[in-house]
Amino acid sequence: MEFFNNLRDALQERQISMKQFMSFVRKEFYHIFRDKTTMAILLILPILMLVLFGYSISTEVKNSKIAILDSSNDVATRAIIEKFRNSEYFSVKKMVNNPSEIQDLFKKDRLNMVLVFGDNFYENLAHTGNAQVQLIVDGSDPNSAKTIVTYATSIIGAYQLELSKIDKIPFQINPQIKLLYNPQMKGAYNFVPGVMGMILMLICAMMTSISIAREKELGTMEVLLVSPMKPIYIILSKTIPYFVLSLVNLATILLLSVFLLKVPIAGSLFWLIAFSLVYIFVNLSLGLLISSIVDSQLVALLISGMVLMLPVIMLSGMMFPVENMPVFFQWISQIIPAKWYIIGVKKIMIKGLGLSSIIPEMSVLLGMGIVLVIASLKNFKYRLE
Amino acid sequence: MTVNKGEFAVCCENITKTYPPDIQALKNINLKISPHQIFGIIGPDGAGKTTLFRILTTLILADEGKATVLGYDVVNEYQEIRKYVGYMPGRFSLYQDLTVEENLKFFASVFGTTVEENYDLIKNIYRQIEPFKNRRAGQLSGGMKQKLALSCALIHKPKLLILDEPTTGVDPVSRREFWEMLQNLKNEGITILVSTAYMDEAGLCDTIALILNGEFLKIDTPKNIVQQFEPEIFSVQSNQRSKLLTDLRRLPEVSSCYAFGDSIHVTVENKKISEEELQNFLLKNGHEQIEIAKIEPTVEDCFMELSKQQEENN
Repeated sequence: MEFFNNLRDALQERQISMKQFMSFVRKEFYHIFRDKTTMAILLILPILMLVLFGYSISTEVKNSKIAILDSSNDVATRAIIEKFRNSEYFSVKKMVNNPSEIQDLFKKDRLNMVLVFGDNFYENLAHTGNAQVQLIVDGSDPNSAKTIVTYATSIIGAYQLELSKIDKIPFQINPQIKLLYNPQMKGAYNFVPGVMGMILMLICAMMTSISIAREKELGTMEVLLVSPMKPIYIILSKTIPYFVLSLVNLATILLLSVFLLKVPIAGSLFWLIAFSLVYIFVNLSLGLLISSIVDSQLVALLISGMVLMLPVIMLSGMMFPVENMPVFFQWISQIIPAKWYIIGVKKIMIKGLGLSSIIPEMSVLLGMGIVLVIASLKNFKYRLE
Repeated sequence: MTVNKGEFAVCCENITKTYPPDIQALKNINLKISPHQIFGIIGPDGAGKTTLFRILTTLILADEGKATVLGYDVVNEYQEIRKYVGYMPGRFSLYQDLTVEENLKFFASVFGTTVEENYDLIKNIYRQIEPFKNRRAGQLSGGMKQKLALSCALIHKPKLLILDEPTTGVDPVSRREFWEMLQNLKNEGITILVSTAYMDEAGLCDTIALILNGEFLKIDTPKNIVQQFEPEIFSVQSNQRSKLLTDLRRLPEVSSCYAFGDSIHVTVENKKISEEELQNFLLKNGHEQIEIAKIEPTVEDCFMELSKQQEENN
């Protein structure tokens, strides 16, 4: 009998806790919905970032302005020039007659590249199997310069291939540049996973830590702590709304990338979402950890802004390839959850690989999540100091 | 289940709290508060009132000493205390972006109860703000905010209500109303521990503790404190107010004098100087329209005298 009484009491207590918890979650949603500016930012930010990165900041270079100096003006050069004219990556602005004009052209017309064919181009090619074409590229933006060179050499290479097929003569073999999965070097393929990593971190880690810091700053935490509600519920209920919000953002990003940026989801949508949930879990616990350390919204913002965002942008491989970094930064990048997430998303979403291929990333993220959750729970203060 | 385990609602023994580097917020505080009364902690800003309340509400830990609230230890049994204490911090601590009603409902559910269940207790207070129940708490006036905060602190029918400077920044009419409410709550059987920097509110408490620099100067009923005040007090006025203060301070017979409203309160120990002598002295110093009246001391007079003694002791 006593057992049943105890059981009933326990169940009743649980019922009350659940009610407390739900009213807390509801209150959190009120905060979010009533702060119209913040909510607008949170919902529009992913769209804005995708469009920004997808279009304007993409490494894809279209309509590069070029000029051509053709001293030979023969069958071969005309054919190559025709290919450049037809390419969407280049727009031929000028035909140059004198090499001395080239310097001025770069300054005046803001050219990206000048294509220079030497004398007797076709003759050389036909007789010696070797011909010279010079690519003079504006190197002030190394990234786009590299891209332009790649486009140009592949156009020239394509012509050589055609020529070889007809004449069966081994012409000079150009280094073949093969771009796996993204033959056009489409920028969106790189940026969609990056934006996902960034947005989810922003919502989960930053917003959670700020909203807890706000309670401390406004003094409401004092009242909440002096209540029978278990402090851990206070904190956990903070994460629910941002969890929901990040799911909304995840959906927005995926829809936009498929329908607007034409980046298909090559692999399993289920595993992509499951993998994202693990990443969200890591970031929510990171947010909790931050909030257990800081007392003001500003510090929470600074920590999540500087300590989290900057490394994610710089070191996660989103902007710059991790392989090109100094060893020290490569080491740092290992502890950035976003790095693992971006790698994993690329594998599933872009390369279409299965679950078995992301086991390392999945386990690293899970491990990080568990460590962070334990750390933030241990760090949690049920008093003010 | 007996909630009120101890004899006292609050019991502190040798409570000491130091903030780094070496600010002594509380020095060896001893305090016993019997239930069913309004107990006032009176003292200026920085005297240690908030620190004491935070220790009692289990929000911070004391460096030394023991304290129990409602018979529960503040360190080990903090969860029990949090069930039965209603706390209203000094700052306005409600959600500004939630409406009056949402705030109340939220706090009710946090305490595992409903507004309906304990509506009787807050009825008289909440009725005054009910017409604005759909207004955001941030848009309420100071007095109304205070009423809402009190309603929220009361919604779970606490045994002990701890109010940290509830009337600071509230207009005089609302202040008076507020104290009337506290009186009603006391009659409902709730023990009230309230702090204030306003000396004139001391008389509204059943017992007061005067606190300064982390030490209690005196704990007694306001009546006893005033009665035990031995020196005579004169209220002095003249046509030259600023000169009056400096002149009076020159008199060796005057133990202390300070401005009190329009007049100057002069404390004289052991009847060293009479009203006439005082008048003659002032006339000699060129004062006119002199008004001297022997008055009953107020709590503020006692506080001033006691704080002077504390200064001398240290």
